[in-house]
Amino acid sequence: MKQSTALDLRVYAGLIAFGILGPILFPDYVQTIAVMWLMVLMAVTWDITGGQMGYNSLGNVCFFGIGMYASAIVQISQFTDVAAYTAAFGAIRVEFTDAQYFTGLFLGLIAGGIAAAVFALLIGPAMLGLRGPYFAIGTLGLAVAVGELVAGWGYVGGGGGISMPVYPGDAGAGAWMFYVLLAVLALGTHLVVRWLYSTQFGLAINAIRDDEDKADAMGIHANRYKTMAWAFAAFFMGIGGAIFGNMSGFIEPLEVAFPTATFGIFMVAMALLGGKGTLWGPVLGAILFHIVKEVTWTYLLGWQWVALGAIIIINIVYFQQGILGWAQDRWPAAFGLTVDRGGAARPAAGEAAE
Amino acid sequence: MIDNLYLLTQAPILGVDLIIQGLFIGAVFALIAYGLALVWGVMNVKNLAQGDMVILGGYITYQATLWGYHPIVALPAAIVLMFMLGWIIYVLIIRRVVDRDMFTSLLATFGLSLLIQQVLNLIYGPEVKVAESGFGDFEVGSFIIIQNVRLYSLLLAAALALAIVIFMKKSRMGQAIRATAQDARAARVLGIDTDQVYAFTYALNASICGAAGVLVAMIWVIQPYYGIVYSIRAFIIVTAAGLGNLPGVILTGFGLGVWENVAGFVFGAEFAVAAVVIMLVAVLMYRLVQLYRVRQVVR
Amino acid sequence: MIITRKHMRTVTAAVAGVAALGLAATAEAKVEGDTIILGSAISLTGKYATNGIHAQKGYEFAVDKINAAGGVTVDGKSYKLKVTYYDDESTPARGAQLAERLINQDGVKYMLGPYSSGLTKAIAPVTEKYKIPMVEAEGASRSLFTQGYKYLFAVLSTSEQYLASSIALAAEVAEKQGKKASDVKIAMAFENDPFSLDVRAGVVDDAKKYGMNIVIDDKLPRDLSDMTSTLTKVKALKPDLLLVSGHSKGAATAGRQIQEMKIDTPMIAMTHCEAADVVGKYGAGATEGLLCPTQWSETLSYKDDLMGSAAQYHSDFQKTYPEYKTVPYQTAQATAAVMVWADAFERANSFDTDKLRDALAATDMMTFYGGIKFSEAGNNVAKPMVLRQIQDGEYLVVAPSKWAAAELRHPRKPEY
Repeated sequence: MKQSTALDLRVYAGLIAFGILGPILFPDYVQTIAVMWLMVLMAVTWDITGGQMGYNSLGNVCFFGIGMYASAIVQISQFTDVAAYTAAFGAIRVEFTDAQYFTGLFLGLIAGGIAAAVFALLIGPAMLGLRGPYFAIGTLGLAVAVGELVAGWGYVGGGGGISMPVYPGDAGAGAWMFYVLLAVLALGTHLVVRWLYSTQFGLAINAIRDDEDKADAMGIHANRYKTMAWAFAAFFMGIGGAIFGNMSGFIEPLEVAFPTATFGIFMVAMALLGGKGTLWGPVLGAILFHIVKEVTWTYLLGWQWVALGAIIIINIVYFQQGILGWAQDRWPAAFGLTVDRGGAARPAAGEAAE
Repeated sequence: MIDNLYLLTQAPILGVDLIIQGLFIGAVFALIAYGLALVWGVMNVKNLAQGDMVILGGYITYQATLWGYHPIVALPAAIVLMFMLGWIIYVLIIRRVVDRDMFTSLLATFGLSLLIQQVLNLIYGPEVKVAESGFGDFEVGSFIIIQNVRLYSLLLAAALALAIVIFMKKSRMGQAIRATAQDARAARVLGIDTDQVYAFTYALNASICGAAGVLVAMIWVIQPYYGIVYSIRAFIIVTAAGLGNLPGVILTGFGLGVWENVAGFVFGAEFAVAAVVIMLVAVLMYRLVQLYRVRQVVR
Repeated sequence: MIITRKHMRTVTAAVAGVAALGLAATAEAKVEGDTIILGSAISLTGKYATNGIHAQKGYEFAVDKINAAGGVTVDGKSYKLKVTYYDDESTPARGAQLAERLINQDGVKYMLGPYSSGLTKAIAPVTEKYKIPMVEAEGASRSLFTQGYKYLFAVLSTSEQYLASSIALAAEVAEKQGKKASDVKIAMAFENDPFSLDVRAGVVDDAKKYGMNIVIDDKLPRDLSDMTSTLTKVKALKPDLLLVSGHSKGAATAGRQIQEMKIDTPMIAMTHCEAADVVGKYGAGATEGLLCPTQWSETLSYKDDLMGSAAQYHSDFQKTYPEYKTVPYQTAQATAAVMVWADAFERANSFDTDKLRDALAATDMMTFYGGIKFSEAGNNVAKPMVLRQIQDGEYLVVAPSKWAAAELRHPRKPEY
């Protein structure tokens, strides 16, 4: 335990150093790196249920959207009527004082997290009763349904979207603030998740992944653990959505808040790329995925999606266990050691079939 | 919503029209879902590129009209070309993901779906395309107009489905496919070349999609990114009907088409998609409740 | 220890990767040698790609023309124009990111707009934040011009005017037939996206003004390929006016299904007929009498020195891009946006963004596309929206009467 803690601390130190130095060295890329942290957050929270608990959700993006909309409603409703604000399609311009903006933002972020977590707690007991592909398709359906319902909900402007309150300060400062928020959230989430995996909770959800019925028989309240784990993921996703909504400035349901076919799938692809069910796999996968995506978007204009499709296929066909999974196969002894001490189990590469 | 329900009670003929049109839509959905159920059931591959193969079939039709042929001419061409393409895709990609963790096949075919979309986009551009069949229509009573092309599509879909059922029952390959679906290892022991069976199944699904695509291009509009619409419908149908339940898949397909059309009328078009996916979640939940009852009895 | 190395490798790889990313894209200057670089995030893929590409071709055509005519003269030196494009994939989040990238990473100081109101809404806060002027040609939502943006200029008429003119026309026709305008029943099918909802808002306002009765108000889903259920309602309720808006795919779907379901509504107006090429797809008979609002028409009598008359622009553009049978207004207005930039550079005689902003604000020019003069809010107030009717396969202006090239045919008599 001690040894792996020390090692993890070094990685954290490295990530924090990068988090601080990255945007200072490349100030033009603040936004790009901020999105990278968001990707890390997505992959890490997806992995709580997907990798560690064996419940592969395709709909976690709905927590992202719920958090975004919850924060929008909270931030706007403090100072004006939301329905009137959205009915005017942004024609009402609300002038926020600095204090109002920051209280609104603070409350909005908290509301985003709580709303998403509450939603997960409400639907969790029902959805998590589904297994294997049925859970995946069911959650995908859920995310599409929530997005479509929000798109039809006049109170929040339906498909017309909402213009978020504008950051009151200087131009560049806003980008920095959202950068810091996302970086701190991503790293903080990873710390919490790491701690979580080291507790009995972590062991319990691993047991559920390995054999749910046996775990249940052994006295683990599987349903309670599953719902809690999903709500944890939802809470952090919700905050992430709230920050991203404010960063974007303008939100609308189908492409910004509930992008099931892009972010919804990307988060799974990233966790798989790095190696699902490992502590650092999703982080590594998200960073690599983001870099590849940005590079192809810059240099292969028009072909970027072709490249992305090809990369996903090659990744899945040839590196099925992800990069860390592949490394584990290569040097099992080294990994076996950490696994036992750190409490994070080896991913059931290939055998986690439903 | 109340107005719309009131309207339905005032003019029941509207309801009949909605149901008939829904059945036509459902026939095409059912055909696509049928192919998905096949690859899912036999080789446990969740083909997320299903809809994109449909759209590919649609573009084959469109290409045929560009060359001056009638779109229906494209039907045999689409079936043959898509069969070959399916086989190639199997050899290059699917062979390596069969029998893997479910997300492997899901993500590999997601990548494939992106590829197909983008290649179509590069060749044909993102504009909406149509293939005009010019089959005309006929009227039932004074209100309901039935497009001949939709009627033919329904018949064609039925004929295709029937042909596949007979093929599965009678032919050697069909029997081998069914044996593999039941127990791949046992089939291998008994001398069935399961790799061949898988390749054939995947290629067969591709040609079903191609045929459906021809119908889609003649009835609706096609665009490189429309595949997802059909993929989601196909997954909903197969998931709701349950695996290995082919008659169920066809019934659910029709049901979905009708439900989508009626829900769009009653709740407004903006809630049609939501109504469809909520129905999916409801069906899953219903099955779960049934399952709990069974478990309770066992305890 | 092995783990240390591995973990450190992870971090090193990540840092190195980002570093490579950083070094690879050397920031382009706003003016490189004798070239002025404009930037635009535009939809080359995704659902707006059809019109995004129309707009991109409009930009390119203008750039080529201006460069061929000697470029732009600033401070006695002549400069060529060039546009840096990124593909926003028709998604607002991506658009906002790309605007940041154009400004921060590529050092672009002069922006051209994206396609669609949604994307413009996403990008405008970014350009505003960095005080980068943007001339946009494809974002018509009026909400863009109520935000107090100082660096946003739009050459086109705002979206609430798109179909509002058809309401006035319907009222006129009703009165001619001896009915009251308030008897007119309206059916609306609008896509559930920022642009169409804004068009809808304009229609609702005008309908209220006349006291007209809205009997159907459906919002079409975005992955629209079937509007049977909405059209069934239309058949049952027999409105006097049917309005459809859903970009190109909405027009294509509506065009097909209106024909298939033999909708006999006497007046039908829809946006994006030209962009979807409904006449080419379904023939002149089926589309006879459809009303199509347009920002611009080649039959209008506008002209300027560079492009000549509207008709001249139309035929020149077709020479360069022979695949266009009708040049969509999306292309013409994109061209006009580049011309506004060129004009502003010459008048400001400087590359300073604030001076350029003031020059843009003072724009008052005539182009083949129409007059361009910006209000305090940044929208163009010198050009009206016109309404064209498809008559025997031709798009002819029928309203407003000042520009009318033909009489309105009412009720429409399509051949299904």
